[in-house]
Amino acid sequence: MENYDNQTTFAHDDDNVVVIIGSGAGGGTLANELAQKGIDAVVLEAGKLHTRGDFIADEWASFGQLAWLDNRTTSGTWRVARDFPNLPSWIVKAVGGSTVHWAGASLRFQPHEFRAASEYGDIPGANLLDWPIDYDDMAPYYDRAEDKMGVTRTNGRPGLPGNNNFKVMHAGATAIGYKNCHTGNMAINSEPRDGRASCVQRGFCFQGCTTGAKWSTLYTEIPRALATGHVELRPESQVAAIEHDDRGRVNAVVYFDAEGREQRQRARAVAVAGNSIETPRVLLNSASSQFPDGLANSSGQVGRNYMRHMTGSVYASFDEPVHMYRGTTMAGIVQDEAHHDPSRGFAGGYEIETVSLGLPFMAAFFDPGAWGRDFTEAMDQYAHMAGMWLVGEDMPQQRNRVTLNTDVKDAYGLPVPNVHYDDHPNDVAMRQHAFQQGTAIYEAAGANKAYRTPPYPSTHNLGTCRMSTHARDGVCNGYGQTHDIDNLFISDGSQFTTSAAENPTLTIVSLAIRQADYIARQMADRAI
Amino acid sequence: MLDQSMNRRRFLKGSGSTLMGTLAMTSMPIAILAPSRSWALELQQLDAHQGEVLLTLTRHIFPHPTLEDAVYALVVKDLDAEAAANPSTADTMRSGIAALDNRAGGDWLALDDEQQGMHVRAIAGSDLFRKVQSTAVVSLYNNEMAFRHFGYGGERGDAGYLSRGFNDLTWLPDLPASASGPVPGMNG
Repeated sequence: MENYDNQTTFAHDDDNVVVIIGSGAGGGTLANELAQKGIDAVVLEAGKLHTRGDFIADEWASFGQLAWLDNRTTSGTWRVARDFPNLPSWIVKAVGGSTVHWAGASLRFQPHEFRAASEYGDIPGANLLDWPIDYDDMAPYYDRAEDKMGVTRTNGRPGLPGNNNFKVMHAGATAIGYKNCHTGNMAINSEPRDGRASCVQRGFCFQGCTTGAKWSTLYTEIPRALATGHVELRPESQVAAIEHDDRGRVNAVVYFDAEGREQRQRARAVAVAGNSIETPRVLLNSASSQFPDGLANSSGQVGRNYMRHMTGSVYASFDEPVHMYRGTTMAGIVQDEAHHDPSRGFAGGYEIETVSLGLPFMAAFFDPGAWGRDFTEAMDQYAHMAGMWLVGEDMPQQRNRVTLNTDVKDAYGLPVPNVHYDDHPNDVAMRQHAFQQGTAIYEAAGANKAYRTPPYPSTHNLGTCRMSTHARDGVCNGYGQTHDIDNLFISDGSQFTTSAAENPTLTIVSLAIRQADYIARQMADRAI
Repeated sequence: MLDQSMNRRRFLKGSGSTLMGTLAMTSMPIAILAPSRSWALELQQLDAHQGEVLLTLTRHIFPHPTLEDAVYALVVKDLDAEAAANPSTADTMRSGIAALDNRAGGDWLALDDEQQGMHVRAIAGSDLFRKVQSTAVVSLYNNEMAFRHFGYGGERGDAGYLSRGFNDLTWLPDLPASASGPVPGMNG
């Protein structure tokens, strides 16, 4: 098992360290990349350290162990606000962040997705913008991320073997003429690699991978960062605010430690990677007389353009058993609808990926609030069900945003985040199309009945501190460096200018590797 | 459901604060798990009538005709524990059950299944209904007996399904190699 002992510690008044807030795909990767270059960093992680041996093969118990359950509020017309008013997102509060929980899908963005405004044209109500970087900027970093994470079907690595759930998807998808259907590009070992085992098909990807076959910063980046002696990990450290000096440069991070004591870590630079709800919350909670609207918010875009992907699920029942819960949760993909083709009635595209839920979560998420025979007759089909998750590009909208709810305070007296989301008509049209195609896949495989399941609380939270070429349009530049404050960086999915169709983790990791190179250059040049 | 509900009436004659029942053995996987055909649930806070109402109400909200009462009793167990821990929840249940009996002419359980259901639809959205629904949607489906009944592996999956059926589906064509990948430790 990995060694999580700090090999070094830094004094609270040591102002040479980079302070990284969060230890997930963005923060955990950035910490290790900086450490490998010899740069000192302190990682402040709000959650506890749970090692691989702690994970629980029990959905509700695991949820209690890992999920971010701190109070949040919601508003808007999205159904999540009705079904789960205090749980807008399903992310992890633990060392490793949501890379503990993620399914492992590792897809590159398509080149056109970095140019959404140019490619899609004017879409009323959408706050579209081209990324300040393009696919060619990202390609070498995608290469490095895929190698780091051991993504299947890249660099000659074999795909994972398909499970029952994927057999159903593949049969239906090929029957209706889809061509690009396979077991995916997954950061799950299809053969032993990098000191980690190959996948034994437990089916508890969402509950933490006990074998370590699935890449997570928890047992790759973080122990490696610690081993360099350049990084100190401080779990159970809830950040309250980032402070700055008279010149407007950040110089310290205030947080509450495991005992609830207020601490202040001085910093040479600060990288925020708290996921797309906590990241803007920290910046907004850091308002000062010099920055009355919060840090790095001269554009007014901090917290805005919250994206969560167009999502939905289709489950279908068959005469014969499927046992979809056996094996990897995201066991295969259809990519034929991922392109941009406005003749379908919407801009952008979507991916079709298998998903499975255990019986307890099927009851909770299949049709929240439902009761009576329609619901129970579907549950009776559980062992005969196949499932798919539909995930596509959603439109950035100014009013979809994370704000501070000053009426509700957390355990430390800080305002909790409110998450507002309304579907854009483009999202609605895409979901309708995806539901139809998903249903057609299962009907072609012989389904008796297909069920359309509404979006779950969001695991893909994006865009609330977005990248932009111009400071007026967004919060950070193409390296995640905030336009307003040179030594303040955004290092998670909050940076995303647009959501693209693909699961975001590979892009977050690639951006973190790229950002580490940039921070190292900036420090060497004494620019920060 | 009517026949079952009459069976249940016969078996659920709890005395004092004990809810008792007998497995109908309609679900063999559960019968294998059970140490005996009889089951009993000692209630901490609710009386036997209240326990029986809650069990039957749960059957109306989440009706699975062949799912044993013993599984529904786990919902009652959790509701009773909540009532014991939280006086206002206990009040919600007691007053809700009294109101249900009242609107049913004194004894909701004495009505037939269809008439019971009519009253359940009328109280949908009430505090009692929502308490039972939100508890049951977790408790009813989060136990080993339910896993066996519905065909979910639960923590048996912890060791992995690699050699235990992750790809044992045979009623559809095998996957082409190009769409899949090698099974570790096996050819192809």
